[in-house]
Amino acid sequence: MPLFWLVMIVFAIAAFGYVMGRQRALRSAGGDSRQLHSLPAYYGSNSALKALVPALLLLVAWLLIQPLYVSSAVSGMIPESDIADNSSRGLMMSEVRRAAEGLDNAVAAGLMTEDEARNARADFTDVTARLKDAGQIVTSQITQPILRAAQHYRILNATGNMIMSVLVILVALAGCVLGLRETHFEFRARNVVEKGILVLLMAAGSIAILTTIGIILSLVFNTIEFFRLYPAWDFFTGLNWAPSFSGRGGSSDLGIIPLLWGTFYISIVALAVAVPIGLFSAIYLSEYAGPRVRSFAKPLLEVLAGIPTIVYGLFALLTVGPLLVSVFGKDGLGWMQAGTAVMTAGLVMGIMLIPFVSSLSDDIINAVPQAMRDGSYGLGATKSETIRQVVLPAALPGIVGAILLAASRAIGETMIVVLGAGAAARLSLNPFEAMTTVTAKIVSQLTGDADFASPEALVAFALGMTLFVITLGLNVFALYIVRKYREQYE
Amino acid sequence: MTDATLNPSADAPRKGSLHAQDARTTRRNRAEARFKAYGITAIVIGLLFLVVLVTSIIRSGAPAFTHTVVKVDFSISQAQLDEAEGQLFKTKAYQTLFVNALKAQLDEKGLEGVTFDEAAIERLLGKVGSTIREYYAANPDQVDQDVSFELSASSRVDRYFNGELTRDAVEDSRFLMKTDLDLADALAEAGIITSAFNWNFITGADSGVDNPGGAGIGASVVGSFFMMLVVLFLSLPIGVAASIYLEEFAPQNRFTDLIEVNISNLAAVPSIVFGILGLAVFIQFMHLPQSAPLVGGLVLTLMTLPTIIISTRASLKAVPPSIRDAALGVGASKMQAVFHHVLPLAMPGILTGTIIGLAQALGETAPLLLIGMVGFVARGYPDGFVAGFTEPNSAMPAQIYTWAARADASFYEKAWGGIIILMAFLLTMNIIAILLRRKFERRW
Repeated sequence: MPLFWLVMIVFAIAAFGYVMGRQRALRSAGGDSRQLHSLPAYYGSNSALKALVPALLLLVAWLLIQPLYVSSAVSGMIPESDIADNSSRGLMMSEVRRAAEGLDNAVAAGLMTEDEARNARADFTDVTARLKDAGQIVTSQITQPILRAAQHYRILNATGNMIMSVLVILVALAGCVLGLRETHFEFRARNVVEKGILVLLMAAGSIAILTTIGIILSLVFNTIEFFRLYPAWDFFTGLNWAPSFSGRGGSSDLGIIPLLWGTFYISIVALAVAVPIGLFSAIYLSEYAGPRVRSFAKPLLEVLAGIPTIVYGLFALLTVGPLLVSVFGKDGLGWMQAGTAVMTAGLVMGIMLIPFVSSLSDDIINAVPQAMRDGSYGLGATKSETIRQVVLPAALPGIVGAILLAASRAIGETMIVVLGAGAAARLSLNPFEAMTTVTAKIVSQLTGDADFASPEALVAFALGMTLFVITLGLNVFALYIVRKYREQYE
Repeated sequence: MTDATLNPSADAPRKGSLHAQDARTTRRNRAEARFKAYGITAIVIGLLFLVVLVTSIIRSGAPAFTHTVVKVDFSISQAQLDEAEGQLFKTKAYQTLFVNALKAQLDEKGLEGVTFDEAAIERLLGKVGSTIREYYAANPDQVDQDVSFELSASSRVDRYFNGELTRDAVEDSRFLMKTDLDLADALAEAGIITSAFNWNFITGADSGVDNPGGAGIGASVVGSFFMMLVVLFLSLPIGVAASIYLEEFAPQNRFTDLIEVNISNLAAVPSIVFGILGLAVFIQFMHLPQSAPLVGGLVLTLMTLPTIIISTRASLKAVPPSIRDAALGVGASKMQAVFHHVLPLAMPGILTGTIIGLAQALGETAPLLLIGMVGFVARGYPDGFVAGFTEPNSAMPAQIYTWAARADASFYEKAWGGIIILMAFLLTMNIIAILLRRKFERRW
């Protein structure tokens, strides 16, 4: 049964429970709602919640666990001897999955009877050819063990789905009946329902924790897997980045240093653009500008922050890159080979970060108490002297925090560097040369055709882990500084 | 007796007039003016960047919305149709008919001097024959009628008329010859080649790498729409529930602190890391279909949740405690006070925050790269509502990236055009958010 309908049935049962619960409560009070402990709607909600929540929880848990169970059961069916040298269990399993899907589709299209799909033998009937005729994408010749595993996989999944549907509906019905049985005019329905809702609210709050756990687990497990195939020492100290997708193992150099260098170089260029412009804008807007200038300049600058990064990426690739080449390229100064370079990406990323620096600094400068300025003016200082010698030193920790947050944004930025910085990993000081970053390489290693078990693909997770740790450290440090500073004047 | 008389040199009497500035004051005043000028320069530079960005988007993107079409009056008799169908190369026969019709039309306009062959037509217009054949196969009743065909010209001709491709830059190739441009000019003079609004770009689906002219963004708009549906229906309830818990019910304890720290950190995690999460959890672990809007929506939901939670908490906090106290005072439970009174009052702020979060999610690209929404050629619309979530599709920013990454420069124009459409959506969403805030914002 399709999932969609299963969910709909559960909701229908809940709706039924709501209506029945309400009616039953009213009936038990003889139709006089003043006799009830709670409002009639609460009795209905009680039954509905009891039908809905456990059933949906069971559904989600089942959907998570079934693929794991089926995979482990089926992968045991493939004998060790049948796994070819240039293959792995993971690859065989994806082939099994594809074959099973092909059989499913063939049955759905009426090209094969259910019986044939279950019992066909690869050596007697040419399953591969028949599946290919049916327009299914199956890679190589389907061998007998794979076909058998695929058939078993289908059967396990089909029975699993059936049991799941039955169980979910039963649980929903049981919950509904339980809720209805409780319904009596003395039953404290409101308290029960409110307690249930509170638990749901809490669960929603915990999703943030679950997300973090999910991020950490998905990074950590794959990183460990990567370090099993590739020595961690070489990864962190290697000066060369040259992945190869053709050979297997040993032929790739996966050193992170050139990528980190590219990342930091581009970020530094970006900050060199964004910090002066952002900071001076913030100073002007908060100290000099009248309300009219402020009311149009501030939102306009913030528009820059709302523009998607893909737009900046395209801007770097197609507008800024060619422009820089025409000045610094062969026809100009001769420093630049192609449009994609550290300078291109850094400049555009700097533009993106201007509003980031300026709004955060603006807030922080505004938080400096007016009394400090007044004291300075009273001693005869001019406005700029006050700003330089009183306001900025007072706001400095907060501004440093803002710059660190901007730096963490620059390091984690993906689209601008994917499109604007180039693809070659290089250790060079020339800002007009193409370099690449950690984020750009995560994209290129994971969007290729490599299988997930190879070190060339797994390295992306190690890169992601490094990126996560660096940005997290920067953020925590920056937030700590900003918060500490804010408390000073509050 | 004052100190001044005792020590007259300590405070030397001012030389010169009070009205004339001394050197030091002049210097200080100049420094002041300079400092102010730095500020103005910074703002002007920032705004200049914005202007340059917007103009380059509009200037480079506008051509994507028009395309060059060739209008040819054409009619075919039943005999001609049968004859063409009887031949071995059927489309070739139709093409010959088309070329004859075009020649006749040119003669009529007094342009006999222009000569061209079928290969030139193929370079300019693509495979005309099959288009015409398909048309008559679909509309057999149009035989013997006068039909006006509007055929879109190849992308190179498009760029020639846009001024992006100059005559000098053209090198003879199987795509375009210099002589073709003479033909194109003549056709334009005769009013046969004209520029028309390119509806296909807005409503169509992506084309293959060899056909930039036929690429449209419609299918990926639909993909983005389904993704936003997922984001809206997951992140709004979850975000509001989490905010209500944290703002109204959460006790001061370690668990609450943990949630708060997590939310503020997730807000700053690079978006690509969410892509890695989506790849590892939703695709590798849960085996959800690759490139499906459902998966994209789930990833973007996790990404926008912190934004929505932060803005929702701010608007819940803005509701004064007197409202809660009044509700509690007339006997409402805490839950009733929150759901019946606080939440409705905070709703405009919550909606504004949600729309801004959705706009952010709509423009996000990096996570979509990792879950396989890039490079996928979305050739058509999804078949139905459920299929819209689970069938592979592209999304607007992913489609733009795909075009930008293609080798053919003709796709760049499409990418810019796609950006105009994306920005139009974002602008609309932000304006709605601002209007909502203006209309419903309440100051307590």
